Amino acid sequence: MIEIFGVPLMALYSQLMLGLVNGSFYALLSLGLAVIFGMLNIINFAHGALYMMGAFCAWMLLSLFNVGYFGALIIAPIILGLIGILIERFLLKWLYQVDHLYGLLLTFGLALIFEGYFRSKFGVSGETYDVPDLLDGPVNLGFMVIPKYRLWVIFLSLVVCLLTWFVIEKTRLGSYLRAATENPKLTQAFGINVPLMVMLTYGFGVALAGLAGVMAAPIYQVSPLMGSHLIIIVFAVVVIGGMGSIMGAIVSGLGLGIVEGLTKVFYPPLSSTVVFIIMALVLIVRPAGLFGREK
Amino acid sequence: MRIAIYLILLIIGAVLPHFVYPVLLMKILCFAIFACAFNLLLGFSGLLSFGHAAFFGGAAYVSGYLIKNLELPTEVAIIGGVLSAALMGWLVGILAIRRQGIYFAMVTLALAQMVYFICLEAPITGGEDGMQGIPRGSFLGLSLKDDLTLYYVIFTGFILAFLIIYRTIHSPFGQVLKAIRENESRAISLGYDVPKYKLLAFVISAAFAGFAGILKMLVFNFATLTDVHWHMSGDVVLMTIFGGIGTILGPVVGSSIIITLEDQLTDSAGDMVTVIMGVIFVVCVLIFRKGIVGESVALYQRMLGRKNLPQVK
Repeated sequence: MIEIFGVPLMALYSQLMLGLVNGSFYALLSLGLAVIFGMLNIINFAHGALYMMGAFCAWMLLSLFNVGYFGALIIAPIILGLIGILIERFLLKWLYQVDHLYGLLLTFGLALIFEGYFRSKFGVSGETYDVPDLLDGPVNLGFMVIPKYRLWVIFLSLVVCLLTWFVIEKTRLGSYLRAATENPKLTQAFGINVPLMVMLTYGFGVALAGLAGVMAAPIYQVSPLMGSHLIIIVFAVVVIGGMGSIMGAIVSGLGLGIVEGLTKVFYPPLSSTVVFIIMALVLIVRPAGLFGREK
Repeated sequence: MRIAIYLILLIIGAVLPHFVYPVLLMKILCFAIFACAFNLLLGFSGLLSFGHAAFFGGAAYVSGYLIKNLELPTEVAIIGGVLSAALMGWLVGILAIRRQGIYFAMVTLALAQMVYFICLEAPITGGEDGMQGIPRGSFLGLSLKDDLTLYYVIFTGFILAFLIIYRTIHSPFGQVLKAIRENESRAISLGYDVPKYKLLAFVISAAFAGFAGILKMLVFNFATLTDVHWHMSGDVVLMTIFGGIGTILGPVVGSSIIITLEDQLTDSAGDMVTVIMGVIFVVCVLIFRKGIVGESVALYQRMLGRKNLPQVK
């Protein structure tokens, strides 16, 4: 058997794959956070809770309405997006004039509400959600055999991330969005409905979290606490990558997933803290983040 | 007027344990110290730390270890715990003050989560179960086994902490902190070494947060993961906002009400307590940003018709 630094190549590959899967979720979530932050200047603390709700949404669609995985992949993000729009219209909207930290606090309160509610309803143990038949079973890549579904997760999240990047950086709609991020007042003066864009942006960011939740449902346990640990790692990812660029969020999400996977192979005790250690190092060397711009 | 309020509170604090369950009161006092320490940072320096649970719970673990595993006297354990919290505060602070605003909050949160994982996985902390059965020992010759004795020790600790924090806020150092809060660029241009001031404020705040955590550990004889979880960091933010950011008594009022509420609701509402806390959070942020003390003072001033008074001290 081939070994690298005393680790069998197979184990290395499989941890790398797992790291990429985790990284896909980091990328999707930090992308949503970055999009929201760009427009609203708010860090959405409820992102983890909304991701959890995405997973529960998929589970409920299946158990109550018999809507399968691929249906949920479309319906759940829409439902979550609508919830996001409601949150923006009725709550966040009132905080644009005060310190942006209040936005963080408000969404923190929302995270408590959502998580507490789901916990009182479903307990902490969680529900299982089966992998859809079409994506079940292993696939042979030549150098390793992995479950089809994991490959699908990596593929889908890459597609969604790149699509989002393309829309924001290369299309007319995206240029409006970037303009509104740069200077909302001037953009409004040019006749673009900025409040509407803000609302849709928040909705879109939340929908991304919902999508990530649906994708996570078959891999992780669908539980009320699934977002609570994840969100803080994603925060660290965001600090490492910096909020400056969309690409930065995607690359650092995937990259940190891989680093975490590798740590699991070479030095397991550090695997849960490695992201935070990297964050500390980045703060020392480059406080604005790897892709961030110093203001 | 102010002195009268403090005197009345002092008397209430001294008499109350004879009427109300002392353990609940001690819990309130511990969280009051915690919230006051936090308020020094948020209210008077404008820094929102979302990681104060790390100092609160971390110091509790350290003190617990000193008492239980090394069998040191309680006094030494308290000092050791506070010093460890100050050291942690220095380490976290030195990283966090490199960023501002929202980033500051995220960095402190992430670093605190690291402390959480360390507490979860380190061999001496008891993992998921936490560190159980830490004896209270004695303090300056007084046995702390009796709840009432411990109450008065903690009450004294609270008054000390309150006075030191009060003194800090009203010192020239505190004035510089306020200047930084109001306009950081101007403070820099006036020649103040802003990072140094921020860091010192952070260390002081962390040390008192640790002090609070240690006292709570003594009350309940254990240190658990709940104490270092980010929910705890959120709780102290809520108490401070609810009572009134940047007011002297706000954190005390906020923690008293929130802890009493939690205590009353735990039996009847179960997991819904989190939901209720969340709702209070949202309502506070949306329409009640000055908090109870802040709004009361504002109301009082309106009644006197003195609208143009400077900001509430």
